[in-house]
Amino acid sequence: MSGWDKFVETFFNAKVMVKYLPDILSGVVVTIELALLIVVTGLGAGLAFALLRSLAIRPLNWLIIFVVDLFRSLPPLVIIVLMYFGLPYAGPAPSGFVSTWLSLAFVLMAFSEEIFWAGITSIPKGQWEASRSTGLTFGQTLFNVVLPQAFRLTIPPLTNRTIAITKGTALGTVVAVTEILGQASSAMSNSYNPSPLMMGAAAYVVLFLPVVVAARWVETKFAWKR
Amino acid sequence: MTSHIVDARAIHKHFGTLHVLKGVDLKVDERELVFVIGPSGSGKSTLLRCLNRLEEPSSGSIMVDGIDMLDPRTNINHARRRIGMVFQSFNLYPHMTALGNVMLALRKVAGKSRGEAESLAHAALKRVGLADRADHTPGQLSGGQQQRVAIARSIALEPRVMLFDEPTSALDPELVGSVLEVMRDLRESGMTMIVVSHEMGFARNAADRVVFMDDGLIVEQGPPGAIFENPAHERTRAFIGQIQRH
Ligand SMILES: Nc1ncnc2c1ncn2[C@@H]1O[C@H](COP(=O)(O)OP(=O)(O)OP(=O)(O)O)[C@@H](O)[C@H]1O
Ligand SMILES: [Mg+2]
Repeated sequence: MSGWDKFVETFFNAKVMVKYLPDILSGVVVTIELALLIVVTGLGAGLAFALLRSLAIRPLNWLIIFVVDLFRSLPPLVIIVLMYFGLPYAGPAPSGFVSTWLSLAFVLMAFSEEIFWAGITSIPKGQWEASRSTGLTFGQTLFNVVLPQAFRLTIPPLTNRTIAITKGTALGTVVAVTEILGQASSAMSNSYNPSPLMMGAAAYVVLFLPVVVAARWVETKFAWKR
Repeated sequence: MTSHIVDARAIHKHFGTLHVLKGVDLKVDERELVFVIGPSGSGKSTLLRCLNRLEEPSSGSIMVDGIDMLDPRTNINHARRRIGMVFQSFNLYPHMTALGNVMLALRKVAGKSRGEAESLAHAALKRVGLADRADHTPGQLSGGQQQRVAIARSIALEPRVMLFDEPTSALDPELVGSVLEVMRDLRESGMTMIVVSHEMGFARNAADRVVFMDDGLIVEQGPPGAIFENPAHERTRAFIGQIQRH
């Protein structure tokens, strides 16, 4: 057997791949569920906090900044472990799935709040003044004038963060979540063969590449000439 | 009772320890064009911005078109509809077309239907000579055109008073004329205007009254001829001499 054949036999073993395909696919479903939940709740909460912050209520803003900085500095794995193994001592005992979801949603919330906030504050004061001088309220100005401009600036950093954090769903293996990587690594130890891991990697590419491409498209669509 | 459309009294404004307006009285008649001059930092912009409460005066009273602007019960957003404002830096919304810029407040503040807002916005753009630029975004327009769109955005709401804060200062010299022409038309149509500007030629031709401010106070005011040729105060004379040397 040539080296190449040995490589293929080891990393792309057809028999192993067929056998564990159903497991990997069920992992894909779990990862998609987790990722969607994290993205929707994380970005939603991040935007909500950025909007709250724009109201400029001092004590509230200090609280937001504290929470955001805390979740930006903690490693996601630590948050997951604390929630799964630690929280039960205080009462609620979230499942591995819920722990992973909420932990990563908090992290995405923290990073996206900061990105949304940077977008909002980068809009020149003159935009607010022009809008308010024609009688639009604070909220109308925020939603019609400021946010549409801010969103355009936030799309690139937001996509990068969102992808990085949703890939963290792989950390769910630690708390027994059967997402892609969890399925792939148990299949790998059962079959003594790394082929399932290659399938897992392929699944990640299939899942995340379209998101990256879509983000690029949105970016060009939202661009306007200054 | 007052017959003045703008009646501001004893306006004081502090920024922290900085006393920027030190008791300014300004009354403006309907259809009057008041031209405000004064050295940099004398408080001209701050005064204009107090009139529509973009800046909160520290004390004083402001009546515009019979509305007490400083009364907490006044709906400031309704009141601002009657007061147009044009800025040195245009401040058009870059993510909207010229038409969209003009339509926004017509829809959101005046509550017009889409169709109605669109035809009013078209009419306003036509008045500033930009009917054919309705679909352009600000980035596709020259500075002079952008400022005319900004004027259209204000006049579409049919304000009772228009405030101009150095509307031509950011423009290349060859574009200044087109904006001044629109302002002159507006004045001829009977709009009440308060204009902060360095365009002395425009003041001579179009202003009813010139107000000279220095150090947070109105030093003197009168017809353009009197202020420019024969100022009563030394500070006014010095300022006008300085401007005319340029
Ligand atoms: N938001 C602010 N915070 C602190 N100081 C301010 C603020 N706005 C204006 N000032 C100060 O108030 C003074 C008057 O400013 P203002 O802009 O009204 O002057 P101006 O007469 O319009 O001058 P210019 O001809 O340069 O536009 C200046 O000293 C300025 O630095
Ligand atoms: Mg000024």
